[in-house]
Amino acid sequence: KSSVQTIGEEQIQNPYTELLVLKGHQDIVRFLVQIDDCRFASAGDDGIIFLWNAQTGEKLHELHGHTHKITAIAPFSSSDVAEEKTNLIITASADRTVIIWDCTSGRQVQKVSCFHSTVKCLTVLQRLNVWLSGGSDLCVWNQELDLLCKTSHLTDAGISALVELPKNCVAAAVGKELIIFRLSASNNGSEGWNILEVKRLVDHQDNISSLVSVNDLTFVTGSHIGELIVWDALDWTKQASECNFWDSSVHPDVQPEIKLSQSPHETSVQHLTSDEECVFAAVGKGIYVYNLQMKRVIACQRTAHDSSVLHIEKLPNRQLISCSEDGSVRIWELREKQQLPAEPVPTGFFNMWGFGRTNKQANQAAKKMQENTPVYFLELVGDLIGHSSAVQMFLYFGELGLATCSADHLIILWKDGERESSLRSLTLFKKLAQNGDLQLKL
Amino acid sequence: MISAPDVVAFTREEELEDDLYREPPLPEEYSVPLFPFSGQGANPWAKVAGSKFTRDFILISEFSEQVGPQPLLTIPDDAKVSGTFDLNYFSLRIMSVDYQASFVGHPPGSAYPKLNFVEDSKVVLGDSKEGAFAYVHHLTLYDLEARGFVRPFCMAYISADEHKIMQQFQELSTEFSKASECLKTGNRKAFANELEKKLKDLDYTRTVLHNETEQQKKANDKGYYTTQAIEKANELASVEKSIIEHQDLLRQIRSYPYRKLKDSEFHPYEPECALDRADVGSHDQDPTASEPGETHLYTHVPSYTPKLIKAKSAKCFDKKLKTLEELCDVYFFTQTLDQLHHIERTFRGDVCYLLTEQISRALLKQQSVTNFLFEDVSFLDEKPPEKQYRGCQGLGQDAMDEKCLEESLAPKVVISLGSYKSSVECVPIKMEQEVEDSEEPKMSESVMSEQQENLDYLDADIKGSISSGESIEVLGTEKSGSGLTKSESQASLPAMASPQAGRSKVGSRRTVSEDSIEVLSTCPSESLIPEDFKASYPSAINEEPYADDDQGGLRFTPRASPGVHDGQDDISKQESLVQVDAACCIGKESPNFLEPLAEQLGQRPCEEDGVVRIPPQPYRGPAEQGLRGGFPSHQGLSAGLLPYELDSRHLTGSREVSKSSLDECSDSTSHISSAASTCSDRTPSPAQPAQPGDRHRKRAGQNALRFIRQYPFAHPAIYSLLSGRTLVVLGEDEAMVKRLVTALSIFVPSSGGYTKPVKHWVTSALHLVDFQRWKLIGLQRAVSPGGVNVLHALSRYSRYLSILDADSKTLRCPLYKGSVVARLADHRTQIKRGSTYYMHVQSILTQLCSKAFLFTFCHHLHLPISEREPEESVVNRRMNFLKLQLGLANEDIKIVQYLAELLKLHYIQEPGQGGNPLLRFDYVPSFLYKI
Repeated sequence: KSSVQTIGEEQIQNPYTELLVLKGHQDIVRFLVQIDDCRFASAGDDGIIFLWNAQTGEKLHELHGHTHKITAIAPFSSSDVAEEKTNLIITASADRTVIIWDCTSGRQVQKVSCFHSTVKCLTVLQRLNVWLSGGSDLCVWNQELDLLCKTSHLTDAGISALVELPKNCVAAAVGKELIIFRLSASNNGSEGWNILEVKRLVDHQDNISSLVSVNDLTFVTGSHIGELIVWDALDWTKQASECNFWDSSVHPDVQPEIKLSQSPHETSVQHLTSDEECVFAAVGKGIYVYNLQMKRVIACQRTAHDSSVLHIEKLPNRQLISCSEDGSVRIWELREKQQLPAEPVPTGFFNMWGFGRTNKQANQAAKKMQENTPVYFLELVGDLIGHSSAVQMFLYFGELGLATCSADHLIILWKDGERESSLRSLTLFKKLAQNGDLQLKL
Repeated sequence: MISAPDVVAFTREEELEDDLYREPPLPEEYSVPLFPFSGQGANPWAKVAGSKFTRDFILISEFSEQVGPQPLLTIPDDAKVSGTFDLNYFSLRIMSVDYQASFVGHPPGSAYPKLNFVEDSKVVLGDSKEGAFAYVHHLTLYDLEARGFVRPFCMAYISADEHKIMQQFQELSTEFSKASECLKTGNRKAFANELEKKLKDLDYTRTVLHNETEQQKKANDKGYYTTQAIEKANELASVEKSIIEHQDLLRQIRSYPYRKLKDSEFHPYEPECALDRADVGSHDQDPTASEPGETHLYTHVPSYTPKLIKAKSAKCFDKKLKTLEELCDVYFFTQTLDQLHHIERTFRGDVCYLLTEQISRALLKQQSVTNFLFEDVSFLDEKPPEKQYRGCQGLGQDAMDEKCLEESLAPKVVISLGSYKSSVECVPIKMEQEVEDSEEPKMSESVMSEQQENLDYLDADIKGSISSGESIEVLGTEKSGSGLTKSESQASLPAMASPQAGRSKVGSRRTVSEDSIEVLSTCPSESLIPEDFKASYPSAINEEPYADDDQGGLRFTPRASPGVHDGQDDISKQESLVQVDAACCIGKESPNFLEPLAEQLGQRPCEEDGVVRIPPQPYRGPAEQGLRGGFPSHQGLSAGLLPYELDSRHLTGSREVSKSSLDECSDSTSHISSAASTCSDRTPSPAQPAQPGDRHRKRAGQNALRFIRQYPFAHPAIYSLLSGRTLVVLGEDEAMVKRLVTALSIFVPSSGGYTKPVKHWVTSALHLVDFQRWKLIGLQRAVSPGGVNVLHALSRYSRYLSILDADSKTLRCPLYKGSVVARLADHRTQIKRGSTYYMHVQSILTQLCSKAFLFTFCHHLHLPISEREPEESVVNRRMNFLKLQLGLANEDIKIVQYLAELLKLHYIQEPGQGGNPLLRFDYVPSFLYKI
């Protein structure tokens, strides 16, 4: 079980050398959502939403209103009649209510409790100034919480994911199916909207677990048994699919064994994220980088964590952050490696047990199509250990740092110690000048 | 701590020739006075004179109306302390210099006796024969059964070191005033209780008498009154009069807090916790009492059954006088004892040490930015004693800001030293007056460099009691017969041209002493007398209950307020005062009759007789009572027993505090000889510093010393602590782990709170939050399944931790290659004593703090000079500063950076707002150290 790459205590590239523990939640914290440049909200199983200052770690507001755990949260900035932009957040809870909160005042703006089932996902179509709630049916609301239209009852299991597509369309993951809906202004009413089912895509063999929009032209879905399908966002056709990409199909002799060892849970696509070139998939314990152009996995870390990877995110600087059930957060860097000619294909033994880079190179070497393709690999550049339980999610705040939330009820703000130190110096000298101490005692 | 032991070596050497003065003189505040007897080649730390007691102690004495002056108890209650010192004799001495402005009598034009709320008097007294010097604090307590309702007491701080008494006068005075206030508060309460009981009795008696009279009237049909009936009527009348008088007294005693509250200086004594009130209220009380300061004390009201009493109280010799404890209520008595123990601990030891301590405290107060890091700053919140004095003098108080106050502390010591020096040469005089003002020019000469604020202080000082500088007669008391010599300084004062005028001054007044007593200084109730207070001043309690005594001729015209400022107005009054025959005073056995006559006494030769004529009294009944009060278990005390004999028997029963303090003392004194060989141990500190945490410090110092000798990897461990990396001490044995934690705790920088981030013992698995809060943790190593979790958590969070395994003697922590810790913890150090090592550590840590301060507050080290300056050049500048300017190498930089970070956080933290604790860490590899 020592197959996970470790980095040790010396992490020169890890900028996070200071941390703040934010306490407040009494149960698992599952969601973190950014409100603006320096604020974020956290929510979880205790039904409380906290608003935090990402710089100071100060608790800004404590929003009470839900009686059950929070199932979905979405930020919503409305810039309507009044010029100033108000930051709202929408939260859905297992108590079958949805509440809109004002982030500045910390007050509840409105509350809807007419749902027949728990709302599992929320999507804001900022462009249309409406938001959608997905449960057993799909509802469209405007900002004033007027129900504009809704679909018929779709499924008891409910919509697990929603993503906005071009042309006023949304894709909803309902079980194994992917349903495309189109929103259209109704003919008779000025405010009225209609929602129509346009297409049902049934290419997945198992429940769709993640759904992400890459750009205006493509979106990607991932399923529980590790299928990854790239869709055209305009005509909803399958552009590419990668199935079983997590196993080393090039070695048929070892494949069965690997399949045996990998339970369905370990092949589930837990989370997807993307930049313009690549889709990053958290599959089981591993991280895979799928290149959209090349239509293949260009790099992977099979066992990036000791246990399931729950969330990954791509940073602007070619870095990738992942968090996992094992309580750790890891920072990866996607590096290009010059292909060494005639690298021997490693033995199946190493493949089987996944000995870090060797394994990965072997995999790529085996999968490569052209000889001159640069080979990428994921280099572990740092890990953040602080939580004592599964890290559910994290939020990257750029310079301000990184917020992680966990099942141990804590939120940790990881910060760049150097930057914080100089910021403190700045504050210090400001305060000195304020107090007039500069002349007096020093 | 600033007062490193080596600082002590820099004594001020004024007598030296100029050519010896090569280097510039030390700043005043760093210098310590030259030991006056060093010329004789004596061990400077030895006792000055052949005093008969081993160390300083506090003596409480009473001038009993039955047996005269007698010692009640000593603090510490240890016979060894007072040794062969004659407490009885010394009690006589100290009681004979009671200058309280108390006066008891029947005020002219007043029908009722008046309570006279007397200010305490503060006197410094020396007895060269006994080698004893004392600060004597006189106070008067009320006792309904006592003559004139007053019981004079005094508390004396007795030391063999005259300088200590003189130099610590202000502090002693402040501390003793607190104790006195506590006693008096309890006494007022008890007195009010007593009065109420008495009133109930009287009321009851009146009813009974009334009924009897009525019955007699009814029964008597003869038309004339029997002698019996007349007697009854007289008795009834006298009871009624007595009721009125007692009611009046009750009113007076209750109104006291009101009156005093207007005085800014008065701080009514408040009991700390409600719990104690249970026993406070053990005396019945009237709940209607509504004084703000003391009301809450009068709560518990058990029913009191009145009894029939005689109109005339028993003769004073028949009855047993109340003990001090009874007079003051158990709770307040205990509080007072605590305070006195505190005083004893505070002023224990060599004066040099005390001074150094005070200086370092004063300096520490100025380091408001950095002192929280390694120092115990809790004492900084305490109100400095000087404040009160200034307030009392009303001098430029407005102009003073906090800073002045701080600064005045340090020079103060020097000032009083100077004044002392000058006074030594002074011709002994028979003191007629306080030489207050004349001293000012002289003193200020010696402190020309001092800031203006100190003048305020000087003033206060002078009008307070140290001022006696000029008036001190030293030791050569036999000369004192020389009559009314005026000192030069007095002559220089036009206002005091005549002895007459001088006499009017109520200042310290020396008595002609045939024996060895000298009053070195008094503080003649110079503390302000409130305006409304003065009104009642010329009154006194009538001697009604003792009407049998032939006091008819005694009618004093009491002098007006003894306040210095009023002095001149009083001249005429005092001239006209009726002189009281000393014998009369003695007959009355009430020293209170002496007190108001301070002036007259000075003129009357018989006054001395009055005191001296009373031979030292052996203990008698009342004394025994007094002692029993203190030591309830003591039975069968024979009459002639000396107090120390009593105490020796009761050492075990004595208070824990004193016991422990004795331990400390004996420990430290015994160490002097053993450690004298090494120069680093020449710290003149047989004393314990005043802080309550001293014991802890000392123990921590010893443990730390042991640690650095025992563990070769002490350096990286200490580096971990100094750089803010949490150190976990892991071990099975709780005692051993705690010892290690204590040892290492002196290296832990505090992050702002009053308590250090140290957790001595944890048994559960650690979490990240713990590392945020604690920087030094003692952790239990357990074999249970829980223990596995504990170890698992340790390995999981190992990057935030250094782990010292106390069982296998290993340390896992980052490498240290710097030099600061090597100086801090040299395992070959010659330092042998824990407290010395503690000071050594503190002085190096203070150096580090100052470096961190410089680093933190240099603007350009952190921020670019110009907008365009790249970040790298700032970083370069910063590193250069650390390396070149501060001379730090390798990991030392991290220490200073961490301290700087703490400083920043502390400085920018908004008051009141706790601020989130940060955890800063580095990604550095750890190494395993083994022995």
